[in-house]
Amino acid sequence: MKALLALPQWLWAQLRHEVLVLPSRSFVLIATIVLLALPLAYDDPYVLRIITMTAIFAIFAASWDLLAGFTGQVNFGHALFFGVGAYTSALLSHHLGWVPWLTLPIGAVVAMAAGFLVGIPCLRLRGSYLSLATLAFPLILTGLLFAFPDFSGGELGISGLKRVVIGTIGNYYVAVVLMLVLCFGMWKIGDSHTGLIFHAIREDEVACRASGINTTRYKLLAFTLSGLFAGLSGALFAHFLRVAGPSSLEVALSFQVVIWAIFGGVATIYGPVIAVFLLYPLTEILASIEVFKEIRLLMFAVIVLLVLLFMPQGLTPWIRDKIELVCPRCKNRSGFTRHQCRLCGAELR
Amino acid sequence: MFQDILISGLINGGVYALLAIGFSLIFGVARIVNIAHTAFYMLASYALYGLLVVGGVPLLLAIPLAVVAVVALSLLCYKLVIEPVRQHESAVLIATIALALIFQESLLVSFGGHFLGIPNAVEGVVSIIGVRVSYQRLIILLVVAITLVATWYLLNRTRLGLAIRASANDQEIANLMGMNVNRVAMYTVGISVGLAAIAGVVVAPVFVVDPLMWLSPLVTMLAIVVLGGLGSLKGSLIGAFIIGYVEAITVFAVPSGSYLKGAVALSIMILVLLIRPEGLFGVVFEEER
Repeated sequence: MKALLALPQWLWAQLRHEVLVLPSRSFVLIATIVLLALPLAYDDPYVLRIITMTAIFAIFAASWDLLAGFTGQVNFGHALFFGVGAYTSALLSHHLGWVPWLTLPIGAVVAMAAGFLVGIPCLRLRGSYLSLATLAFPLILTGLLFAFPDFSGGELGISGLKRVVIGTIGNYYVAVVLMLVLCFGMWKIGDSHTGLIFHAIREDEVACRASGINTTRYKLLAFTLSGLFAGLSGALFAHFLRVAGPSSLEVALSFQVVIWAIFGGVATIYGPVIAVFLLYPLTEILASIEVFKEIRLLMFAVIVLLVLLFMPQGLTPWIRDKIELVCPRCKNRSGFTRHQCRLCGAELR
Repeated sequence: MFQDILISGLINGGVYALLAIGFSLIFGVARIVNIAHTAFYMLASYALYGLLVVGGVPLLLAIPLAVVAVVALSLLCYKLVIEPVRQHESAVLIATIALALIFQESLLVSFGGHFLGIPNAVEGVVSIIGVRVSYQRLIILLVVAITLVATWYLLNRTRLGLAIRASANDQEIANLMGMNVNRVAMYTVGISVGLAAIAGVVVAPVFVVDPLMWLSPLVTMLAIVVLGGLGSLKGSLIGAFIIGYVEAITVFAVPSGSYLKGAVALSIMILVLLIRPEGLFGVVFEEER
């Protein structure tokens, strides 16, 4: 009996002391429950489709953050991984007729390999050189795809792919559950020892090397992991829209993910996710209103610009500093209602 | 075919050189990676279209007006949008991307998404070493050459040029020596966008004018700048002609080359970076902390 009670007790203790004490974590918990329960209460296929797409792009934006935000390797060609995932998955199911459950992971693994390959030349570059050079990779792949239209479908891409599961609600759950699991995984990576080294590489690579850390290995690891997650989101995207085309390799998509992530706040993982959940539905809603249809991208850009002028750090760090206080002594965070740090008791403010 | 490659590489290289040198200047002096650079080039083309075709302004008046208008707009954008967030590198980056998107969408709304044609300044073709070259392309070459010489003169023979080179070299010391670094940065933005605007105005009759015309030269320009070495003007100039000729050779000599021209140019950039990570003429910066 005691053993049976131990697990719920432990869970409740975790929930109370790790999640509910901080407003930001409580918010994430509530958002997760709402996302999971939404189709039960409200099953408008249009809304569910938008949220499915949002979830897929959220994985993509978070994977950019894992590479660029944490390690400081600002990648301008992130669409490469997305496109490689989408095309690999699509080519396998089109030419070989494999089922999505098989092509999704293979697409992700191939994108992971692409991450490794791109990472090797990028080891020698830093700063703006790296950003501008990475812009080239998806364009090189696009050129190759256009040069072999019989194999790749040329400008039209590959269409008529199978869905992962049948039905809007099924696809919704596939995307949302994967998004939650993967983003939590990425957040955990960012919070781990490896994540600490990623932060250190961004802050000062030379000091990091001087401390005996093999930065080459960790930078390659960041590229590989980021490629894996982005590839999976690309493959999901291809199977959800049932088409993999050259638009998944566009410069615009690479820029889009940079906008999402910086708007949300870099090196946080949850920042880009929240930004996608705000901005992607926003553009879709603007597109559905007749007056704004023509100028939705214009409005999008203006909103991003205005938010940035007031919150140059990004949206979520700004909000987080408002609702949570950093302890001056132990650097842990407490809710804004407290006067003393929840962990060490030091006076806040 | 050899002559085709020679002429078309020269013209494309010249236009790329104008763009890349402007981008390099702004990067060197203000450390701004200006994604909107080619968007200003597009704006200049549209301004010329608006003045010449819609407004009926005579050509010789329309060209300087278009350039001046675009430069004024860029200074306004710099003051209102870029300068407030200059301390945050990532914010500057998406501010310029957002600016480019705003320009693209405003043009899409006001002019529509279709291709626009601008009449040539001078009609007719001339035959040079067996290749038929239109007068407009010769004008491009001439304008590019004059602008490049003028830029060289400005940077190397005037006090402003000295200030620009000094702040590109070391911003803090330039400030200590009594230069108004912020004002120099503003002048640099003006000059750099002016170069892009001149490029936009001269190529408008030859290239297609549409709201997405900024994307493809943007990528080529970035490749050139990285290839030549960031912030190095000599590198940008030579890089522009290398990429211009590589593109011309791919288009004329390789089957289905027009699809591959970007891929080949970018692959060359990556190859050079593998051998020399700082580009052809880049200086190895001390680790900036």
